[in-house]
Amino acid sequence: MKNVPQQTDGYAQLAADVLARAKQCGATEADIVVADGETFSVQVRVGVVDRLSKAREKRLGLRVFVGKRSATTSTSDFSIDSLHRLVDETCTLAKAVVPDEVSGLPEASQMATDWPDLDLYDSTRLGTDQQIDLAKRAESAALSADPRMTNSEGGDFDSSSGRVVLANSHGFVGEYRSSSFSISVSPIATDAATGGMQRDAWYEVQRKFNRMASPESIGQEAARRTLRRLGARKVSTKRVPVIFDQDTAGSLLGNLCSAISGYSLYKRASFLLDQLGNRIASEHLTIYDDGRMDGGLGSRPFDGEGLATRKNTIVERGVLKSYLLDSYSGRKLGLPSTGNASRSVGESPSVGPTNFYLVPGTKTVQEMIGSVKEGLYVTELIGFGINMVTGDYSRGACGFWIENGELAYPVEEITIAGNLKQMFTDIETVGNDLVFRSRVASPTLKLGELMVAGN
Amino acid sequence: MADSGQLAKFGMTDLEVFQALDRLNVRDVDYADLYFESRVSESVSMEEGIVKRAAKSVSQGVGVRATAGEKTGFAYSDELTRKDLEIAADTARYIANSPKGDRSLPVPTQRRPTRDLYPVERAKAEVATADRVALLNAIDAEARRYDPRITNVLASFNTEYKVVAVATSDGTLIGDVQPLSRLQVTCIAEENGNRQVGSFGGGGRVGFEFYQEENRFLSYAREAAREAILNLSAVDAPAGVMPVVLGGGWPGILLHEAIGHGLESDFNRKKTSAFSNLIGKRVASDVCTIVDDGTLPFRRGSLNMDDEGTPTGRTVLIEKGILRGYITDKLNARLMGIPLTGNGRRESYQSIVLPRMTNTFMLAGESDPGDILKSVKRGLYAVSFGGGQVDITSGKFVFSASEAYLIEDGKITKPVKGATLIGNGPEILTKVSMVGHDLKLDNGIGTCGKDGQSVPVGVGLPTIKIDEITVGGTQR
Repeated sequence: MKNVPQQTDGYAQLAADVLARAKQCGATEADIVVADGETFSVQVRVGVVDRLSKAREKRLGLRVFVGKRSATTSTSDFSIDSLHRLVDETCTLAKAVVPDEVSGLPEASQMATDWPDLDLYDSTRLGTDQQIDLAKRAESAALSADPRMTNSEGGDFDSSSGRVVLANSHGFVGEYRSSSFSISVSPIATDAATGGMQRDAWYEVQRKFNRMASPESIGQEAARRTLRRLGARKVSTKRVPVIFDQDTAGSLLGNLCSAISGYSLYKRASFLLDQLGNRIASEHLTIYDDGRMDGGLGSRPFDGEGLATRKNTIVERGVLKSYLLDSYSGRKLGLPSTGNASRSVGESPSVGPTNFYLVPGTKTVQEMIGSVKEGLYVTELIGFGINMVTGDYSRGACGFWIENGELAYPVEEITIAGNLKQMFTDIETVGNDLVFRSRVASPTLKLGELMVAGN
Repeated sequence: MADSGQLAKFGMTDLEVFQALDRLNVRDVDYADLYFESRVSESVSMEEGIVKRAAKSVSQGVGVRATAGEKTGFAYSDELTRKDLEIAADTARYIANSPKGDRSLPVPTQRRPTRDLYPVERAKAEVATADRVALLNAIDAEARRYDPRITNVLASFNTEYKVVAVATSDGTLIGDVQPLSRLQVTCIAEENGNRQVGSFGGGGRVGFEFYQEENRFLSYAREAAREAILNLSAVDAPAGVMPVVLGGGWPGILLHEAIGHGLESDFNRKKTSAFSNLIGKRVASDVCTIVDDGTLPFRRGSLNMDDEGTPTGRTVLIEKGILRGYITDKLNARLMGIPLTGNGRRESYQSIVLPRMTNTFMLAGESDPGDILKSVKRGLYAVSFGGGQVDITSGKFVFSASEAYLIEDGKITKPVKGATLIGNGPEILTKVSMVGHDLKLDNGIGTCGKDGQSVPVGVGLPTIKIDEITVGGTQR
């Protein structure tokens, strides 16, 4: 195998030992995931360190197949006796469940054989005081932005780095490292007249430290977003056009992502059953899932089963071109894996997006707001009112009321409701403002009409 | 120092633990503790009529914490050696950054919780995989027998067996054994292209026999199937402000979201809660008395002691409409100078302690549930819910109905599709005009998320009438 980094501390050997032991116990196939890493996190509140935490951790997950039966286990105890006991228990557990005809590893011929360096790892190590200082600067920029900024739920700096090793009984061994750095601020503003408080937040996550925006700019943006919510009120119940900002549009895209996950589909627990090749959304929507973006928050060289990641076209001008699949859900649906197996240590693979994004359009946010006579600009959604089987959608919202093409006043304690199938079809405009702030990313979106419930 | 049964499980001696605490005993540290945890989790799950998956996970580790004023320093390790404890202690005390203290630490006294709210033997907590598989198979058959329109049954059975020991700088060494299990059933119904879902589940700090008593597991299957079939005929939910009657039990999630989180002491110490400075003030109508009670036997939210070793208790949050108290952990009780209520909880040794709810419920009132429904001309009757969420600072909260009906002229008429209800925490309970005499606790499925940490909780409610709340449906 080419380009496989040399193991420096024996995890490849450990994996080989465990796989050999599994074979002795009667496993016909097996795979193993080892993850280790270190994390640092500090929260500063109103200028003083509120909590600081630091840890190293490691975990090993094992999946065995005994014929068509399988089981999964995990442990943090890497002593050889304990691992042998784990292997024995896993094989016993597998023998107790019912055979599942489509279970098993991917075909040996499908395994990734080489992969590029995706620039996911930064070896920068920051001192404790430096990390505290970054959190302080971000929070301080928010609190000093305006006299109405009165309090804070904190400024946070988090950093982590780690490594994943995946090996299986086909002889695949893969390893990659990744890191992440993040700053977030959640300040509170008070309305002097009413005493009412509002909180909002802003954050940034990067794999490379030198790509971080300045803590001051993050704090200032958090303050701007919080201040504009002061004086929020309810509106009366009516159907109006609704604009979703980048973050809330990203959450809609996340709902689409769940609906086209192979697991939701074969369980018939999705509102997008049997839609491959059909129009499922407005022609303004083209969506990609790209596992190979340099430095991407969702990038990985191979997926949770060791298949190469790639760039998949998910929706092209409104037509559904691909589901998100791993080997198992693919076999259930009679389709090949799309390289989207996601794997938490100790669980069997599931399906997840890599960098899942909607291709931007040409309109600015101002132009989109300007096109609405009366409507809602949503900046935050709360609650879990989404039925993935039917697509019925009803969530708490806050944001701004639009009157004659301008943001008139902040609104809260309202809901928006519709059905996701219709909502994706009703997307009239896609903004030009795509930014990758998480692994699922969308520009601003404008929908024809939704029911807004308030007074 | 007596030999410690509590620590032997973790391969540590009392002396090693005392030395680690002593390392944290620097001048500015007010309090420190070590939390040892060993957890074995097992799950089996079924779909498409076969029990396909079985999983088991084992984890063990220690969390080391020091507090100094408002600051918390924290580290954890999955290796339990003297060296790892020293490294963790050095990280935790970094926030205090001060020389060795003058005070000498009390030698921890071995204690055990004074009661056992969930006496489930290890042998009973560990159930043969074959028995769990048989349970799920029977559930599948029962749900499909309920109605041929049930096309898929998803069921899972999860158990957890957790052994903890807490050693504190205030001289306590105490341990607990905390079993927990949950059985969850989801059914999908299909009819002429209309597909709907229904769910039901339950559990607690109980053994396997709990699910077999009076074939309780089969009743879960029927309930999930009934809800899915009912939703086949559901009409669109209404939108706007209207009276809402909440059924007993799980709809108590209203209390959890609307007021429970807002009464957690950390938010109130920081004055970031919409309930800050409202002690002694009216926040509910006088028919509302609400408590948080961690001492109910076998309940999912109950604990013999919290994760700081404090016995859990019953805390009156709201008495006849007046806000009486907050729920606290040691840090916030000390900083606010208010009573310690035994609500310091953490998801695992990898997380810090926060004040969290246990079982939160409203006491029974005097109204007849039938009379409550009769009093509504046009409104919603909601009996089952999915999740909820709250913005502590603005007080706005939501919770989403999964089984609800229209009330027309005092009678329950059509089932309606799920809808989110939204309100303002400090106001909503002032609009409760009737409280039924039928208090019910939920079936044991609640998990509460805060700061990325999940802990098991319970809720409870009698039938109540809220005179007005915004319902987020799609129809005028």
